[in-house]
Order: sequence, then C-alpha cells, then structure tokens
Amino acid sequence: MGNNRQQSAPLYEALERIRRMRIVPFDVPGHKRGRGNPELAALLGERCVSLDVNSMKPLDNLCQPSSVILDAENLAAEAFGAAGCFFMVGGTTSAVQSMILSVCKEGDKIIVPRNVHKSVINSLVLCGAIPVYVNPETDKRLGIALGMEPHAVERAVKENPDAVAVLVNNPTYYGICSDLREIVRIAHANGMKALADEAHGTHFYFNDKLPVSAMEAGADMSAVSMHKSGGSLTQSSLLLLGPDTDADYVRQIINLTQTTSASYLLMSSLDISRRNLALHGEESFDKVIRMAQYAREEINELGDYYAYGKELVNGTSVYDFDVTKLSVFTRDIGLAGIEVYDILRDEYDIQIEFGDIGNILAYISIGDRLQDIERLVGALGDIKRLYKRDKTGMLADEYIVPEVAVAPKAAFYSPKETLPIRQTEGRICGEFVMCYPPGIPILAPGERITKDIIEYIEYAKKKGCSMQGTADIAVEHLNVLR
Amino acid sequence: MEIWFSDFSTPNIRLDIRVTRQLFSGTSDYRQIDVFDSIDLGRFISLDGNVVFSEKDEFIYDEMVVHVPMAVHPRVRRVLVIGGGDGGVAKELCAYPEIERIDVVETDPMFVDVCREFFPETAEGLEDKRVKIYNEDGLRFLRSRTDEYDLIINDSTDPFGPTEGLFTKEFYGNCYKALRSDGIMVYQHGSPFYDEDEDACRAMHKKVYRSFPISRVYQAHIPTCPSGYWLFGFASKKYHPLADFKAAEWNARNIKTWYYTTNLHTGAFMLPRYVEDILKEAEEQI
Repeated sequence: MGNNRQQSAPLYEALERIRRMRIVPFDVPGHKRGRGNPELAALLGERCVSLDVNSMKPLDNLCQPSSVILDAENLAAEAFGAAGCFFMVGGTTSAVQSMILSVCKEGDKIIVPRNVHKSVINSLVLCGAIPVYVNPETDKRLGIALGMEPHAVERAVKENPDAVAVLVNNPTYYGICSDLREIVRIAHANGMKALADEAHGTHFYFNDKLPVSAMEAGADMSAVSMHKSGGSLTQSSLLLLGPDTDADYVRQIINLTQTTSASYLLMSSLDISRRNLALHGEESFDKVIRMAQYAREEINELGDYYAYGKELVNGTSVYDFDVTKLSVFTRDIGLAGIEVYDILRDEYDIQIEFGDIGNILAYISIGDRLQDIERLVGALGDIKRLYKRDKTGMLADEYIVPEVAVAPKAAFYSPKETLPIRQTEGRICGEFVMCYPPGIPILAPGERITKDIIEYIEYAKKKGCSMQGTADIAVEHLNVLR
Repeated sequence: MEIWFSDFSTPNIRLDIRVTRQLFSGTSDYRQIDVFDSIDLGRFISLDGNVVFSEKDEFIYDEMVVHVPMAVHPRVRRVLVIGGGDGGVAKELCAYPEIERIDVVETDPMFVDVCREFFPETAEGLEDKRVKIYNEDGLRFLRSRTDEYDLIINDSTDPFGPTEGLFTKEFYGNCYKALRSDGIMVYQHGSPFYDEDEDACRAMHKKVYRSFPISRVYQAHIPTCPSGYWLFGFASKKYHPLADFKAAEWNARNIKTWYYTTNLHTGAFMLPRYVEDILKEAEEQI
C-alpha cells in the first residue's frame, strides 16, 4: 500500500500542471520565467528558471501548507516512518535550529555531545539555552571523536535533572553511531525530549543494512539532510517529528526565521527525492554500500592507509558504523588528511568531502560510478608513491575537552576585546573557531582557551585547514571576553 | 535509400559517413556499441556514437603506437596494452619475436566479442599465445603492478566517458610505477584542433610531463578522427624518442608496414607551431 502512494509526487505534479497552463506572470520573481535574465536562463536552463515561481494557490505555501506541499510533506513523513514532516529550505542548519528552538527556552539546559555541528551551538546563542556537554571518547589512533555512551548520558541526566532535551548525532560526520534507542529511552524516562542530528543519516531510513534511524529509535525530532545522501538540491532539508511532538508549535517556531519566499526548486527536489528514495532507496543504498566496501578493501590493500569500517564497532562508544562512509586515516603516510585532500584536488582533479588532521572523508552516494572509485583508489596509491614521508612529529588529531565558563549566548553578546591568538591563553572565547568542513567547533563562545587549543589551531592552520567562525578572517586574533 | 552516420567532432561540426548496413547494435555495461558497413571506409565500429576505427584507417593508429616505441626501446620483453580490445595493437606487436608477453586489459568484454566477430583480421592479434586478455578496469589492473613492463600502450582514445580514468594523473602515475626503470608509455593524445579537444590535449600533456622525465608528442593523419589530425604521446623513464632512435636496426627487421617508416618516425615529432605552443604552455603551467 505504502508504495502506491509513494509513487506520487504532489508538488512536482502541481509544478508540471502550472508549467503547461502557461500562466502570464504578474508576480515575483521578477525574472519572469527567465526572460528578464537570459544569462541566468542560459546557465541554469530554461526549464529550471521557469520552475522558479512564487507561492500561489495551486502551489500552496510553505509557511502554512494546506494542499500540495502538505501532501508532499505527509508522504515524506510516511516514507521516513515519522508522525510529521516539514520541508526546510534553509539547509539542515535551519532544521537543527528549529528543532532546538522548539524544545529550549532561555536558561534551559540541553544535553549534547561536544562534537556537534556549529548549527547546534548557534541555536543556543539564539535562544539562550545552556549546553551540558557529554564528552565523547576519542579513538586514540584515528583521533576522531566517537559516539555518546549511554552511561555518560545517564550521568549527565542525573546531574542535570532539569535539562529539557538530549541531542544525538546519528551518525557523526565520520559515520560513528551511538546507541540511539538506549539514549532515547534514558531521555524519555527522565521526561526529556530526544533529538537527533541526522545531517549524515538520510539513508538510514531506506536500507536495513544501515544503523537504526532516529524515528525508528523513537526520537521526538530529527533534522535530516536530504541534500546529502538523499539526492535533493543543496540547501533543501527535512525536519521529522515523532508522535509526541506538537507540530503546530514547531511550525510557528520554523516561521520565526524561515523565508516567506521558499524556492520551488528546493521543495520539488525534496518531493522527487523522497519518491525516489521510497521506491528505490533499498537497492540504491545496497549499491552505495557495495561501492564503499569495495573502495575500503582496495584502499587498505594499498597499505599504509587505513579505511575503517565495522571493525570499529565496540558496543559502547562505537555502537554502530555507517558503512556508506568512506573515511581514511592518512597519517601513516606522513600526510595530514587535509594535505591529502589538497593534493587530490590540485594534482588529481578529485574533490573529496573533507580532510582533517589525520583523516579524509570521501563521500560515496547514489551518483557514484565504479570507474570514479577506481580513480580515487588509483590516486591514493599514486600519492603514497610520490609523497610518503616520515610521520614523526605529526600531531595526532585530538579531541580537547572544553571548559564551558559562560553560556554561549551570554558569551556571544558580552563586551569583548581582540587579542593575538598567542595571548589568549586562559581567557574566555567570545566566538567560534572551527575547521570547515567538518564544522565542529574547536572553540565555542563561552569556552576557556587553553594552550593545547591554541597549538591545535595553529597546527591546523599550518596544514592548510580552512578555518572559520572568527571575526578575524585570517584567524590571527581571537575575540575574548573582557 | 540513404542512411548516414554522423560523427560529431564538435556540436557544430560533423563527419557524415554513408552507411550501407548496420551489422550490430548492443549496449554493454559501459557503452553503446555499433558496427556498420560503409562504402569508402569499409566496416567501422562506434562507441556511444563516436567512430573508434574503420577498416580503412585502423592501421595508422596501430602502427604508430607500436613501431615508434619499438624502434627506440632496445629490449622489450613485456608489454601492457590498455583498452586494446580490438586486437589491432597486439597484432602489430606480434611482429616482434623478442616480446614474451602481451597483457591486454579491456574493461568491456562485449567490445572484444564484437571485434572478434566483425573484425576477425584485426582481432587475430588476440589469438597469439603470448597475448593474455584481462577484462578489468585499467586503473585497477595497474594498481598491483610494480616494475613489470617495458612498454605500456594506452590504446583508449576518449578522455570523456567510461575511459576518462585513463587520462588522469593517477593513471600516468600508476603506469610509471608499473614500468621498469627504462620503460616507455605510449598513449593516444587526442586531436589538438578544436577548442574542447585542445583543452583535453593540454591537460593531458601537463599531467604526463610532470609524471615522466621524458615526455614528447608525435602526430599522424587519421581521417576518421576530429579534424583528421591526431597526436600520440611518448613518455619515458630513460629513452628519448629521437636521440635513442635505432632506425637501421628497425629497418633490418623488415617489418611490413603501410604507414610507419623510419623517415616518418623522425618527422612525426616535428610539430606545427600552434601544437608546440600548446605543449610548451602546458609544460610551463606548473
């Protein structure tokens, strides 16, 4: 039964109807189906610009959906096994922020892993909630932060019985999953909401060989990046709701910050991608899993590289692993991940997702071809041949436990002064510092700056990481609280 | 009745060939394969709508990628041919008794089958006992080979589409690794004439020039390729295509050819000014 309904794509079909009616537009957008901007039409294609239309009765309105958008959202909810769904057009950042703003108010506590995306901490700056960090264990060799362990969540919950919610990454950028069902159970048993950042987990909903999804695990809300593994256009995303979430209140929260001119290109891409996932997701992700697994085996065969997979699973800090993620540890060839990332792009015309201090991540998806996997593996082999060097003196990527001295909002809005980074030891940071990607803060507003952190930032800069978040673009100076 | 096959050199320029009949059409895991008979070019084969070779001009490619390096390298024992599923290159190589082994790596088994059926004279090169065919991706095959070959011939012609991985720095790097310390790699360098082809040609030379100590380009006239003008690359760890050229020795072999001569060998490396400029710019673009 599910599949029959999932074959329709209400928003896409409505756009097709409108296109055939050849309506004369005396409304925005002013490019009028591209005619007013021929260069744009040439770049994007006439078909594409002709679909860039405004909300109108036959096309519904994202702010208050009642017809085709509502139908499309309901089909998406059904496909993801959720009680409700909102189409989001401000990226998964907007989904994460709406999710947090829906459960937290000024002064509320929220339990989060420290290796969250910056959008989570940004939300705390916006609403004034206070983070209670659960420090993740790190894999000593790989230098990556692992999942949230239930006993650590349990402890945080006991120490902060007044917290309103627990947020979990499902999975992390590197594919690490926590014991989501257990964490949801702990949260609910203590009257807290369970939220999931599934920016990297869309595919979990459509393949049995992958870790459990947030909705299946009983979470109350989840932010899902359809544009990552789901195949929709960049910036389109979904916010999923569990059965005990007040959808009308969440919509009001979304409308606080959401555009009133939502793009039909983005929304129709969500509709079409949802249909595609519902109908073909299982086989598509089977193929992705096979390709990623093949790449892992071939890369490990090269030697010195370590493409990790399910063997990391230990039942606690790595409860499960997303095998579609192709993360490779590079330090044994004497190169930082970011260096391999740069060489791949500059020398081999291969763009991968990101490189950090010790690892690279190549994003494998439904759009990949085996021949491209061969190129990636071939290039890694060639890089090893040409660039391998002694690894002594290389910094291990390290998770540095932050000390939260002031709540993020208070810190962000406090009077500040700008100091050269070397002189900031011991001060409280007033801004974010992060490598982007992955966009996980090294420092967040309100955290104390330590010598280790300063050294880490300088090392990351030297290796070529793209640093973001600071007012000083060059990251020579930091804003600290006076 | 008239049936015309159009081979597009660019979206705006095409070569039309009058076809007398279509002998085969099929889609493999990699591409669409078609075989036609024509009046002036004889039988020809196309991949995804582009002519790969015809009976009439196929000898030019095969001779130019084989005899040029064979007249330079003094002692070729093991040869790797990538993308040589038609057997034409292997056939030319078989004229050299000192070659002990010819590995032909052709990703697409259907291409080999079609060539065997419709171009038996060319494909007979694959029947020699020194030839071994591997249906594998070229890059994958090379990954596990180190210091094994005296000569690698990349017979793939299209830097776009399924074989594009064979025109990349990782491919040239892996070839370098698979070659012995005095090995030579010869490859299809495309046509330099039309803009998009010129870009591909430039990018290719830049990559090879940075991967091998010696990297020279030579030319031939091939009617069915875009603009009729075609380049080959000669990349080498030790031997220079002209300084180490052994014309007398090669002539003493008495190999029957239709295109290659030792005079032409030297001339083929004398390039038009605009091509020299393209190559020079690519070399300086480091």
